[in-house]
Amino acid sequence: MLRKPQEESQIMSRELKYFQAINEAIDLCMTKDATVYIMGLGVPDPKGIFGSTLGLQQKYGSARVMDMPASENAMTGVAIGSALAGMRPIITHQRVDFALLAVEQIVNQAANWHYMFGGQMRIPLVLRMIIGRGWGQGPQHSQNLQAWFAHVPGLKVVMPTTPYDAKGLLVSSIEDNNPVIFIEHRWLYNTIGHVPEEVYRVPLGKARVTRDGNDVTIAATSYMVLEALRAAEMLATDGISAEVIDIRTLRPLDESLILESVGKTGRLIVADTGWKTGGFSAEIVTLVAEEAFSDLKNCPMRVTLPDCPTPTTPALANHYYPRAVHIVATARKMMGLSVDKIVSDMATSVPLDVPDLSFTGPF
Amino acid sequence: MDNLELPKETYKSIYKTMLRIRMVEEKIAELYPEQEMRCPVHLCIGQEAVAAGVCANLSRNDYVMSGHRSHGHYLAKGGDLKAMMAELYGKATGCCQGKGGSMHLVDLSAGFLGATPIVASTIPIAVGVAFGSMMRGQQRVTVIFFGDAAVEEGVFHESINFAVLKRLPVIFVCENNLYSVYSPLSVRQPEGREIVELAKGHGVESYQGDGNDVTQVYKMAEKAIRRARQGGGPTFLEFKTYRWREHCGPYYDNDLGYRTESEFQEWKQRCPIENLKKNLLRDDILCNQDIEDMASELEAEIEDAIIFAKESPFPEEQHLLEHIYAP
Ligand SMILES: Cc1ncc(C[n+]2csc(CCOP(=O)(O)OP(=O)(O)O)c2C)c(N)n1
Ligand SMILES: [Mg+2]
Repeated sequence: MLRKPQEESQIMSRELKYFQAINEAIDLCMTKDATVYIMGLGVPDPKGIFGSTLGLQQKYGSARVMDMPASENAMTGVAIGSALAGMRPIITHQRVDFALLAVEQIVNQAANWHYMFGGQMRIPLVLRMIIGRGWGQGPQHSQNLQAWFAHVPGLKVVMPTTPYDAKGLLVSSIEDNNPVIFIEHRWLYNTIGHVPEEVYRVPLGKARVTRDGNDVTIAATSYMVLEALRAAEMLATDGISAEVIDIRTLRPLDESLILESVGKTGRLIVADTGWKTGGFSAEIVTLVAEEAFSDLKNCPMRVTLPDCPTPTTPALANHYYPRAVHIVATARKMMGLSVDKIVSDMATSVPLDVPDLSFTGPF
Repeated sequence: MDNLELPKETYKSIYKTMLRIRMVEEKIAELYPEQEMRCPVHLCIGQEAVAAGVCANLSRNDYVMSGHRSHGHYLAKGGDLKAMMAELYGKATGCCQGKGGSMHLVDLSAGFLGATPIVASTIPIAVGVAFGSMMRGQQRVTVIFFGDAAVEEGVFHESINFAVLKRLPVIFVCENNLYSVYSPLSVRQPEGREIVELAKGHGVESYQGDGNDVTQVYKMAEKAIRRARQGGGPTFLEFKTYRWREHCGPYYDNDLGYRTESEFQEWKQRCPIENLKKNLLRDDILCNQDIEDMASELEAEIEDAIIFAKESPFPEEQHLLEHIYAP
């Protein structure tokens, strides 16, 4: 049974932007639990990580809301140690790429700690990382490396799409007793949605059906959920009914919801913000191939970044980032429909490196 | 330092290098709001003396590497202006064929081996370049430029340790402009501890100087580079200086409140270019007419580079999947 989540039936009384929802989750958790603290380069600065940490230092002081030296690896170890001593740290990285300096601590230590000491100690640690798309961020400021983290047992990996989920999943992540990689998409920061004022939780490990459909399942991560929803609209005009699943948590993965949906549609497209080869999309396709092969009417397909580094120039970025039309073309091919018109829509001379014209940075 | 101790010709060329960097970046700042340069830019306006004073001691064969704020280093080392501007405009004629943008400059023919924007990340690579040069018996010196935040990364310390261990011909140049984005040194490093002292702890020759005084920069770099060339090993140079514009982008950002207007004004008074100019005029090394001529020559060069960049073609779709692996 596929159920609409409760939040959609609520009265849309109060709306927040994605970054405000993140800010509120941190704020509420800090009020509730004095062991929660947050640090990261620029956390208390006037821009406050694109607004997501604004006001927190004023409210909780510089002992619990702090800047840090440009020492990502060491500070991750420090956070792990403080967790062993009873704190619940949050580290914020302005980009995933900067967190790569800390991969040693994250993978060797944080992920293994509980297991390798026979379950005696816990690392309640949230690592916020921001990914992006376009606008000249280039090869070292916008890599989508969620698959790396999702590969590691002991880590949880969360990618919220909506403001509602951003808050609810962040609360769950902060309360979780494991290291959680919390990946936020810069292009979602200004999206608006219903966010209740109180503390609420969206459980880790639960995907969500964001649009019901019967012909094809589009399982998407993060920003690609929005492209998938656009694609579903476009497909609907041709009478194709697409079901869109927001994966929300890559690890643990909500296998049953994906299998249930494919059981109904018989077709699967995975739209991920990352690269194709060895990407997270492969994991979902494999899941379905292993568990629901007989349900499939067509070979599952992936819509991902092509396997090349991120180019800076908008001229190449236009060919780099997949959009709704790419999902539509994939779905039409699956359904045996022509894609001629769609292919001409894919070519574009308009720079596609910003989410919309209102977005002028900061990046 | 008000005494002009260096040869006249040296001053003329250093002055021109600084003015060129300043004028290029002011042009970038002016045109940036057109949104045709679609990549982040980190301007070094106010910090030109370090790039100019250090690179004036290098030959074309020597190597320079840098980080996110690299326009000045690239230009001072002789990097091609047209290729840089085309890169900022994302064009196929850019120094990375558009794939890099402002944060990824390169000009191999000028010995500028690359700049990338992960803090401190090019430091070990530069050390490796010096290591490789030494293994190949070359007399080349490598200079690596980085900011005050880079010394907080472990890799800085690991790299400097190795450079000292192997007596590598590498010069570490730290441009200490007091901030990392909006974070002052006081929230990142213990009060009263000078960065130069950190380096000394590694047993490397280390000196601190006024990064807005190009004579001082030149002389300190000269000594360090000579030493490195003669097999004397690495040197660490810390230069205090100040970024005038916002951390990233074309505007000013003092209104954000992370630094005071008076601090900014104080540093502006210490403009490395204005101060040198005053002294050059005083000592009749250059006259006003010379300076005007120089400026209009540079203006024409920059105008040319902008036209070249704007008129150059964008890379085509087939270039997307090119260069993933070397042949
Ligand atoms: C490893 C890493 N962490 C964080 C960043 C984000 N970042 C970009 S520039 C910068 C400031 C670096 O300050 P500094 O080294 O003093 O150089 P400045 O910008 O002052 O020239 C930071 C933190 C980064 N690029 N890389
Ligand atoms: Mg600095």
